[in-house]
Amino acid sequence: MAQLDTREKLAILADAAKYDASCASSGTSKRNSAGGKGLGSTEGSGICHAYAPDGRCISLLKILLTNSCVFNCHYCINRKSSNVRRARFTAQEVVQLTLAFYKRNYIEGLFLSSGIIKSSNYTMEQLVEVARSLREDHDFRGYIHLKTIPDADPELVRMAGLYADRVSINVELPTVPGLKRLAPEKSAGQIEGAMLGMKGAIEDGRDAKKKYKSAPSFAPAGQSTQMIVGADAATDSDIVVKASTLYDRFSLRRVYYSAFSPIPDASAVLPLQRPPLMREHRLYQSDWLMRFYGFKPEEVVSAAEPDGMLPLDIDPKLAWALKFREYFPVDVNRASREQLLRVPGLGTKAVDRILRSRRFRTFSLDDVARLTVSVAKIRPFIVTSDWRPTLLTDRADLKRWIKPEKSQLELFAA
Amino acid sequence: MSDANGRFGNSADLFDSRLGLGGKAGVLLPDGPQIDPLKITLDQPDDFDGWREAARELVLAGVPPMSVVWQVAGDDGELFGSEGAVPPAAGGEPMFSVPKPFIDLAKAAICHSEPQRFALLYSLLWKLKANRRALEDRADPLVDRLEKLAKEVHRDAHKMHAFVRFREVEEGDGTRFVAFFEPDHHIVRREAGFFVRRFTTMRWSILTPELSIHWDPATESLTEGPGATRADAPDGDPLEETWRTYYANIFNPARLKVKAMLKEMPKKYWRNMPETALVAPLIAGARARELEMIEKAQAAPRTGGNIEGAWAALRQEAMSCTRCDLFRCGTQTVFGEGPLDARIFFVGEQPGDQEDLAGRPFVGPAGQLFDAALEKAGIERSTTYVTNAVKHFKFVLRGKKRIHSKPDTAEIEACRWWQEQERAIVRPPLTVALGATAARSLTGKTLTITKAREAPLTLADGSECWVTVHPSFLLRIPKEERRREERARFVEDLRRIRARSEELAAA
Ligand code: SF4
Repeated sequence: MAQLDTREKLAILADAAKYDASCASSGTSKRNSAGGKGLGSTEGSGICHAYAPDGRCISLLKILLTNSCVFNCHYCINRKSSNVRRARFTAQEVVQLTLAFYKRNYIEGLFLSSGIIKSSNYTMEQLVEVARSLREDHDFRGYIHLKTIPDADPELVRMAGLYADRVSINVELPTVPGLKRLAPEKSAGQIEGAMLGMKGAIEDGRDAKKKYKSAPSFAPAGQSTQMIVGADAATDSDIVVKASTLYDRFSLRRVYYSAFSPIPDASAVLPLQRPPLMREHRLYQSDWLMRFYGFKPEEVVSAAEPDGMLPLDIDPKLAWALKFREYFPVDVNRASREQLLRVPGLGTKAVDRILRSRRFRTFSLDDVARLTVSVAKIRPFIVTSDWRPTLLTDRADLKRWIKPEKSQLELFAA
Repeated sequence: MSDANGRFGNSADLFDSRLGLGGKAGVLLPDGPQIDPLKITLDQPDDFDGWREAARELVLAGVPPMSVVWQVAGDDGELFGSEGAVPPAAGGEPMFSVPKPFIDLAKAAICHSEPQRFALLYSLLWKLKANRRALEDRADPLVDRLEKLAKEVHRDAHKMHAFVRFREVEEGDGTRFVAFFEPDHHIVRREAGFFVRRFTTMRWSILTPELSIHWDPATESLTEGPGATRADAPDGDPLEETWRTYYANIFNPARLKVKAMLKEMPKKYWRNMPETALVAPLIAGARARELEMIEKAQAAPRTGGNIEGAWAALRQEAMSCTRCDLFRCGTQTVFGEGPLDARIFFVGEQPGDQEDLAGRPFVGPAGQLFDAALEKAGIERSTTYVTNAVKHFKFVLRGKKRIHSKPDTAEIEACRWWQEQERAIVRPPLTVALGATAARSLTGKTLTITKAREAPLTLADGSECWVTVHPSFLLRIPKEERRREERARFVEDLRRIRARSEELAAA
């Protein structure tokens, strides 16, 4: 009977957590369960234990402690005025469920967030208690991600960082007016203040660790955030700029984007139509361009259309290349790493391989083909020993010529 | 660098042709004489140490790759070649060491199920002897091939870490967690450590067709047993139903991406995972669940009292809009206005000179004409919601005069967001597009007004949209007679719209 009860709660509280885009369980300190009483390990990169039909990976037990909430944010299914069924786990139930799933190798750990009940501090205490019990009572050495409540007592937030691998505070919406409209009870100042506090705590923790080996590690996988895309008027350009300032100001490890999706019992204020998932995908790609390809935010912005939106039919790197054709063709046998990274279709791995092999051979087109996925896509932008695009990069219809086949990504395009 | 390659010929090719001979004893060496190749038998399919030992001796003895045949004990193996002692190292051969990346590569590639893996690795070793940096040439076909084998082994290992599913069984003296898994390559020994490190305090077994491994936390020992079938593993665990509950609910039906799922979780793994039985029904039900959500939301009674607040906040948000360059142009954003339960929703083109200054839509000459026409048609303007497709005044300066200039498609696209949000709040049963710009904003398509005004269109949310001309068009007709005609026609359109709106209200 008790089992059934947990299952009903799990159905409700997992359903309520499905709008959270983060699933990462990587980038933390290496641990294993040797010499301990409990179980668990982390080996640098996280593991996706299953995939849901929405294409997203299931790595952590991602649930809410409760979906009751005293707030009334319009985009959120758990808001006070929503008619959704409510449920609440006890801290111990979450602990038991995490351990039981982990033992069967279903998950890498726990991602716990919560609606706000009673007070911010009370809610935060409950979240911390789950993590504390896992770590201290059960010697659990798997991954823990806690979503902290922005205005909770800093001491509680600090404890969260001591038990968790990663902490996150959601910025919710990319623009201040959007936040005002859709989450009138939250404030951008408060959210960013909390992120700044967390950044400080993480840095202090790292310093302490440098001085004393025995110092506990504080949120070794850093902090991340999420914003909802498509519920306010922010353009892709706005979002790209916003994300890059967040990375800079709060040393975030990741910014996640969650395409707003229609929620049951939606507030009257929200669009019913979901934005194309492709938009979210393009934003992630632009994120990669900045983090791994040396693009500056203003360069990504310059790849956007006049209305501030990145094209949906081609990726942002290709969009950039088509706009700045004077940069091409790039000579594979001579170009710098930075230049090679600009070539559409050449990933970081391929570029590294080219640089490594270049000392031994002069690259022909076939050699490039061996190191990349699709040489056809790259060809118009490169020069090799036996290949030079003639007028290709100037052809007005170039975009049409190399554009990928219409994507199947959206089964039911809205 | 082609001479480094050329020196031993293309090793991969040599192997291909050599091993492709199947059944024929002996091999033709480039320089003629028939010799019997040396047969090396390894203990296990993943016997790296055995391979390394043999390979070291062979290389030092100067035995070229084409003169060695590799096999695993117990395999049917090669029909040719003879077991024999490796000739002693040729006196002059110096010892040589291999770079560390080669060891890593070899340790991984040797676990691959590809029968030629030992030979390919020996070829590469031979090549390394001549050129210590041969491995760095990633574009070399032999290196490329082996890197790919290693990559497939890593992927298989990763999938094992991810997709092994333990089931708890009671044994006399405690519990054991047992899993059945079918790897593509010989990775079980290689990956045992991962499970030991993670589940040190649990007693567990992983059964695979090739071998089984068992961990005993009491003695901290890992033992090996024979291969197994799925029937040897327990067939269920009470927690699986709970896990399936989680799987079904963490999935968002509004974001179906089946291909992405299949790419990462190919079907061959499904039969040993308890949750995958749910995939088909979840996919089948997804669209229905999403539509149900939308329908419910549309049918929901308009209570909740946050509509006024939402509209005010939306207007506020629009005041600082910079989605297109027009925000630099006009004095202010001219937002829509009217009751939020309006049954008719008018969309015009853009504010003009007077609207820009007043901050309200349809107050200039065109607005006055519009008011007059509405009155004739029996529609009270104060019961309708009126807004523009583009919310900033776009103009060119001629002397002191600001002359209206048409918004382009990018501007219409950028501004469309506001109009959609206004409609999402008002949710009018009937929308009227005044002119081509409005029609474009509402439908995303370019329409010819004369054709479109004949019958209503259906918008994305399922509501009705009527198209007619923009009042400013009526102001610009020079010929008196035609102007009168067109105005009458406009009023006629509005009458029809009124009638239709009453019809919809009654339904
Ligand atoms: S015209 Fe529309 S999209 Fe452009 S700035 Fe003004 S309100 Fe924003």
